Amino acid sequence: MRGLTPLPPEREAALSGLYAAASGAARRRTLASFAVVAVLALLAGLAAEVRPLVFAENIGKFTAYLAQIWPPVGLEHPLEDVRAWYWGLPKWLALLGETVLIAYLGTLLGGLAGFALSFVAAANLVRSPIVRFLAKRFLEVCRTIPDVVFALLFVIAFGLGPMVGVLALAVHTTGALGKLFSEVVENIDMRPVEGLSASGASWIETVRFAVLPQVLSNFASYALLRFEINVRGAAVLGFVGAGGIGQEFLAAIRNFYYADVSAILGLIILTVICIDLATEQVRHRLTGSEEAR
Amino acid sequence: MSAARSETLRAEARADLARLRARYPAQFRTDRAPRLRVVVIVCAVIGLAGFGAWQFEMSPARIFNGLGRLGTFAVLMLPPSPEGQFWAFLHALGETLGIAFLGTLTAAILAFPVALLAARNVVPNPFAHFAVRRGLDVMRSVDVLIWALIWINVVGLGPFAGMLAIACSDFGAFGKLFSEAIETCDRRPGEGVVASGGSALHRIRFGLIPGVLPVLASQVLYFFESNTRSATIIGIVGAGGIGQYLTELIRVLELKQVAFLVLMILATVAAIDWVSTRLRRAIIGPAAR
Repeated sequence: MRGLTPLPPEREAALSGLYAAASGAARRRTLASFAVVAVLALLAGLAAEVRPLVFAENIGKFTAYLAQIWPPVGLEHPLEDVRAWYWGLPKWLALLGETVLIAYLGTLLGGLAGFALSFVAAANLVRSPIVRFLAKRFLEVCRTIPDVVFALLFVIAFGLGPMVGVLALAVHTTGALGKLFSEVVENIDMRPVEGLSASGASWIETVRFAVLPQVLSNFASYALLRFEINVRGAAVLGFVGAGGIGQEFLAAIRNFYYADVSAILGLIILTVICIDLATEQVRHRLTGSEEAR
Repeated sequence: MSAARSETLRAEARADLARLRARYPAQFRTDRAPRLRVVVIVCAVIGLAGFGAWQFEMSPARIFNGLGRLGTFAVLMLPPSPEGQFWAFLHALGETLGIAFLGTLTAAILAFPVALLAARNVVPNPFAHFAVRRGLDVMRSVDVLIWALIWINVVGLGPFAGMLAIACSDFGAFGKLFSEAIETCDRRPGEGVVASGGSALHRIRFGLIPGVLPVLASQVLYFFESNTRSATIIGIVGAGGIGQYLTELIRVLELKQVAFLVLMILATVAAIDWVSTRLRRAIIGPAAR
């Protein structure tokens, strides 16, 4: 390989000076943003009462806690141990079923409300800016207030029980899905609408055959994603008395029934991962069929 | 223009519908099989919903009674006022923001090296990839409130437990998102670095990180925003922040203060939303060009 031809010295000095200036500016900017993040972290640490010493001292407690809730299953008679560990399986499975059903109903009701409101909030379908503004703000409020807060309010209004969980999830889901749906509606291709209108379709037929096919797979995909999130949320709604497995789990933690904690936690994690995988499969098929078109 | 044209075409088509039907029978035929599938799916969805409603005793009477009481609550909420507790609320809000910020930051810093392990194009070992992914899934599927309960046992009541809870549940989410971002990034800069004599470490530092960092930063900002929302409820189990006040005040039906707190949360989240949208655009902008 031939050596590189060296640049004339004055040219090289000018170029390397420019390079140093350019990289120096980038480096200063990086350092400055690091400094800002560090200062913010320090302030946040003060606000959140972070005590690294307490953490270092008590990290042993974390491992000890994990050791305590570790499944009490020995090698000598593992089957009996597992049976004893999951002594409450029928009850827990029923509660888990209730949890999934709460998430399902909450997602369905919230999805339907979000579906209706998304057309009102979409810029390409509603001309009146006031109506659109109101719909958007309403969705924002539903989205920002956490489902647990709705559940706390609804428990007082409707009484304890899984119905409260359904309604709380439904309101929160309306906000979350309504926003996503309206973004989908705003991005549709308007040409099929014109085409159908040109071949003699009524307004309802146009919406049914030109708008719905474009948005339906996206809507279903978002709704499935939300269902997955809602299952996770429904599992803790029982903490405030809104049904599902949360109440049982909170009791196990508060009363230090260590084996129960790990048993119920294992069931929750298993359910969430199963639903996660199942919805992922369905969503891949939905988006796949859309790409194939 | 095109709308007007489609209107005239539409009128023509309507007048000529019978002949069109005779000429293109295939286009006017109903497809039985897909329609049957749709009917079955809709029936299943409605059936399950009906079963759930029956199971949960969601009678219209109950719902109307509850709605009536909610209406009373709405009246009691007006006008929203802090009733002298403004500074306490502001302090709690600061605590909430601190929890969200530090929790997100900790999770992001810890998740980054793990995400490299979980990315197929950095560590080609499928076993490491599978093990790390499943571990992240487990962390992700435990809700923030459950993490908070666990950490309260370790560091005691207070916002520190909340911060650790957010860090733990986000760690799982970030690990997954980051590793997906790393896997989809452009591999050519890395190949260039290797071809000009760089080591594997150089490839990651100069070929991979500059490409993915803006994407990761924007995801972190997005999570900070959503964590501010979840940090507001973490106080329900005693892990600090504004949730503690919110729970107590709802339980004793001090609804004016509740409404004020909710307004404070809405304003804060809107402000963070605005700032983080700006920042995201600033970060993503140069990379997209």
